[in-house]
Amino acid sequence: MSIAEKFYTMEYGAAPEDPREAVAWLDRHHRRFEEFIGGAWVKPASGEYMTTSDPSSGDPIAEVAKGNADDVEAAVSAARKAFPAWQALGGHQRARYLYALARQVQKHSRRLAVLETIDNGKPIRESRDIDIPLVARHFYHHAGWAQLLEQEFPQYTACGVVGQVIPWNFPLLMFAWKVAPALAAGNTVVIKPAKYTPLTALAFAELAMEVGLPPGVLNVLTCDARTGQALIEHPGIDKIAFTGSTEVGRIIRKATAQSHKKLSLELGGKSPFVVFDDADLDSAVEGVVDAIWFNQGQVCCAGSRLLVQERVAETLYDRLRTRMETLRVGHPLDKSIDIGAIVSPVQLETVRRLVDAGIAEGAQCWQPRNPLPEKGCYFPPTLLTEVHPSAKVAQEEIFGPVLAAMTFRTPAEAAELANNTVYGLAASIFSENINVALDLAAKVKAGVVWVNCANQFDAGAGFGGYRESGYGREGGREGMLEYLTPKWLHSLPAAQSTVGRAETDSDAGTFVPAGSPIDRTVKQYIGGKQARPDSGYSFPVYGPDGQLLGEAPLGNRKDIRNAVEAARAASGWSRTTAHARAQVIYYMAENMIQRRNEIARRLAAAVGEEQAAAETDLSIQRIFSYAAWADKYEGIVHHPPGRNITIALPEPVGVIGILAPAAAPLLGLLSLVLPAIAVGNTVIAVPSDRYPLIAGDLYQVFDTSDLPGGVVNLVAGRPAELGKTLAEHDGVEAIWSFRGNEEAALVRAASIGNMKQVWTNDSHEYDWFDSAHAEGRWFLQHATQIKNIWVPYGE
Amino acid sequence: MALELSTSAHGIPSIPVALDGRALEPSRRIPLNMDWVEEVRVNTSAVERRAATHCARRTVKKETQAAWLLRAIACMDLTTLSGDDSPERVRRLCAKARNPLQRHLVEGLGIQELNLTVAAVCVYHAYVETAVKALEGSGIPVAAVSAGFPAGLSPLAERVDEIRRSVEAGAAEIDIVITRAHVFRGEWQALYDEIAAFKETCGPIHMKAILGTGDLMTLRNVARASWVAMMAGADFIKTSTGKEAVNATLPVSLTMVRAIREYAKRTGMAVGFKPAGGIRTARQSLDWIALMKDELGRSWLEPSLFRFGASGMLGDIERQLEHHLTGRYSATYRHPIA
Repeated sequence: MSIAEKFYTMEYGAAPEDPREAVAWLDRHHRRFEEFIGGAWVKPASGEYMTTSDPSSGDPIAEVAKGNADDVEAAVSAARKAFPAWQALGGHQRARYLYALARQVQKHSRRLAVLETIDNGKPIRESRDIDIPLVARHFYHHAGWAQLLEQEFPQYTACGVVGQVIPWNFPLLMFAWKVAPALAAGNTVVIKPAKYTPLTALAFAELAMEVGLPPGVLNVLTCDARTGQALIEHPGIDKIAFTGSTEVGRIIRKATAQSHKKLSLELGGKSPFVVFDDADLDSAVEGVVDAIWFNQGQVCCAGSRLLVQERVAETLYDRLRTRMETLRVGHPLDKSIDIGAIVSPVQLETVRRLVDAGIAEGAQCWQPRNPLPEKGCYFPPTLLTEVHPSAKVAQEEIFGPVLAAMTFRTPAEAAELANNTVYGLAASIFSENINVALDLAAKVKAGVVWVNCANQFDAGAGFGGYRESGYGREGGREGMLEYLTPKWLHSLPAAQSTVGRAETDSDAGTFVPAGSPIDRTVKQYIGGKQARPDSGYSFPVYGPDGQLLGEAPLGNRKDIRNAVEAARAASGWSRTTAHARAQVIYYMAENMIQRRNEIARRLAAAVGEEQAAAETDLSIQRIFSYAAWADKYEGIVHHPPGRNITIALPEPVGVIGILAPAAAPLLGLLSLVLPAIAVGNTVIAVPSDRYPLIAGDLYQVFDTSDLPGGVVNLVAGRPAELGKTLAEHDGVEAIWSFRGNEEAALVRAASIGNMKQVWTNDSHEYDWFDSAHAEGRWFLQHATQIKNIWVPYGE
Repeated sequence: MALELSTSAHGIPSIPVALDGRALEPSRRIPLNMDWVEEVRVNTSAVERRAATHCARRTVKKETQAAWLLRAIACMDLTTLSGDDSPERVRRLCAKARNPLQRHLVEGLGIQELNLTVAAVCVYHAYVETAVKALEGSGIPVAAVSAGFPAGLSPLAERVDEIRRSVEAGAAEIDIVITRAHVFRGEWQALYDEIAAFKETCGPIHMKAILGTGDLMTLRNVARASWVAMMAGADFIKTSTGKEAVNATLPVSLTMVRAIREYAKRTGMAVGFKPAGGIRTARQSLDWIALMKDELGRSWLEPSLFRFGASGMLGDIERQLEHHLTGRYSATYRHPIA
């Protein structure tokens, strides 16, 4: 076409990015890559290689080593070997390495961007302007954390060797999100990039060699999922960080249930994109483009469910369709395209299948008329309207450029629909009214909320999910904590086995020794009321020298069910002001002081006079502590680049099940219940079977302290059995087990169903009498999850 | 998407005026609808983000780039609005308007048949006659800035009179300025009446309403003023006089262009857009063309609906076109000044 003709048509022309440098780099490596272990390229033990292909054409790009269990062994042992020296190096020296890596990424940014686009299929515009700059930003930011580590986290130390498994959608960015904080904190790393997209991780390994990163600090294993599992299961790994599907997250949970490996999981999502009738609709349309047509929709936090207020729904759909006509789908290396190639034929097929299922379930499907490239894995931007919450496309993660839309009428309905999902990763809210936007931001169950924007990321702001979207945060101070562990924890003694104390009257006999009159009936405490156990059984509780102290109710799964119902019904506690919660908790202390002597006297029969006195007095102190904390455990404001504030808000996790420790029946129980309720959770606590009768004293304190019914529920019985029911219950968001390893492993395994957060004593025996370590931020941290709310501003 | 090119009586292909396939009519005054003004919603950060990423999403290379730069010339109001303007400078400008590119460039690009000129020459009232005479026979219209340019603070009767005199002097287009205070005070009826009076005076002559967006400051003000100007019958809405501290920016342009799109959808009428001031480089012209193309479509890449108000941009475009032909970077002094 001549210039004169182009002057008339005014169409876009080809604007290809020159891939020469990246191609030359591939050729320099003879298009064959080994694994990066112990600072060197190592041939795979299997001698086998896998092929990675260009999704825009289907053509092979290079061969990469196919690692096996032997390679895992080699990599973990290299990391173990490197760990002591890397940790001993100190924050400043590590900061220098991270800074050098950031610089190296910037210096080679275009090669990395082109390589990413060739391997993954994402538009060069995105890899160039978003992925790679964020990679550099992540290393800069974490060079800073390395530098400040000793000052800002004085009580913490590195976890050890970290195993990391990352997905194919943002290959190098996810690599950076994992590696930068891990190295900054002083860990060493074995990382497995995704099978489809290993190249930029290998290119990064080369940069690490160039800056002289000590051998073994960073190891890159290329392998398939099966070998990945060997990495997860390897006993030499102290911490696992995974980003990927919820399905694989479950497998990892299962594989690690018997271990004490620290876990952070960033999983799937079905994030709502909510548009109110007072939104700037044109900006909302662009927000949708950023939300679901970014990276071909292959984004875990993609705003894939459009919830639009009825009054503006048709207008918005209309504008969306118009906008979709101008989205350019094409070769990812073309600088003028918006949507590139889907990562693989398998993924393309999944997207197709789900869209077909959506149409079969009654959705109206709209796609723009623009033709797709003939060769390669492409899927057009797709709008599905008239989708119902029950439809597959409204519930399942599609991981493609497909938007499922439905309408709402009131803000309450918007919140209900937004939260009608097993996931809780992100949400976008469009409204020009700050009251409306922030109200929903508070209500939505998601780790990241974007007001009037979508898919904003920064190294300084935490990212991560609620519910089945995983737990743990990446980025910022909250992200650093995932790669650190308290120093004092390691000096604690090993926990003692505590299984099997609670015996029923049926198997222990009903013999009551003379001289121990049962002068008091202790019941379950559910929803603010004393309740007889559903089982109709009680079990005797004996003192250390065998005397009968009384009988405790033997709880069963129905008691747990009722207690969870009550705890859920009491969720208003989380919306009570922090000041009001503090007042209730102070009042508990006041009422405990009134009863101090009688509680101590009864407790003495179980633990001796000295401990009973200490437990009771320290309990009063601890109650005061958490009354104090209630209005002081606050969020922070991040300052990501750009004109916005990002509010990192600690929110209660929800309903927490607690298996109380045996060592200090009163103090231990309160040390766990108090931080939970101080920040607004509701609780089902199983008192230690060593002395469950403490429940009777406690609920009298609760009852007289204006604690709303259902905020704390006490169910006595066999902790392992009740713990299993709690762990399995989908209405429980977290479970804390502070008993033996058996219970810990049991609740870990049983809690995989709804991916609930598990916190255990990790085989340590906590010293509940040591206030320096038995209360405070460490506990509050586990009682909360951080929601980052991005609020851009400006007029 | 292939464009249907019909051929007009003069043998020059013309582009149907349409939005999303719907044919549009020229702008004419309609009653002031306060609902449309009041329901304006503009989220500044979101608009800024879209404007910034739009540029990064679109680039044109080689022949396409050359063609787009020619398009920028064809849509250019070559402008001189300085206190030291002289008849000679205006005549020089008009000569450049007739032949914006040197012959070797025209031939090298193979565009002789386009008979490429700029869209108009834009001057103060005092130089309208000079320009009209200098452009005689070229078909290039003379646009006059009027109505108390640039601040719009002289008495209304005088501003109306100024328009009348410019029309009598031969101006074929009038660029008026609005009273910014009407926007700040929310006096939409007064703003509407003022613009309507100007348009009444212009009669069939194309009127561009300069909103003075750098003075209006907020994008919501820009959007509201755009709606009022369109309802009052402006043929074009234009960003700036070039005299404000901040002139045409992409966020402001995006805001105005979105208003034009929505207005066209609601009324079936096409209003033109003219960013002016601060657009100096060839690269910037490409950003604006891409914005118009993606937000409004092909019809808004014709001089009947899109103009650049620029004085220095042409020189940079010439250099880029020469580079396209020779592969060597060009220098300013190689191209005749306007």
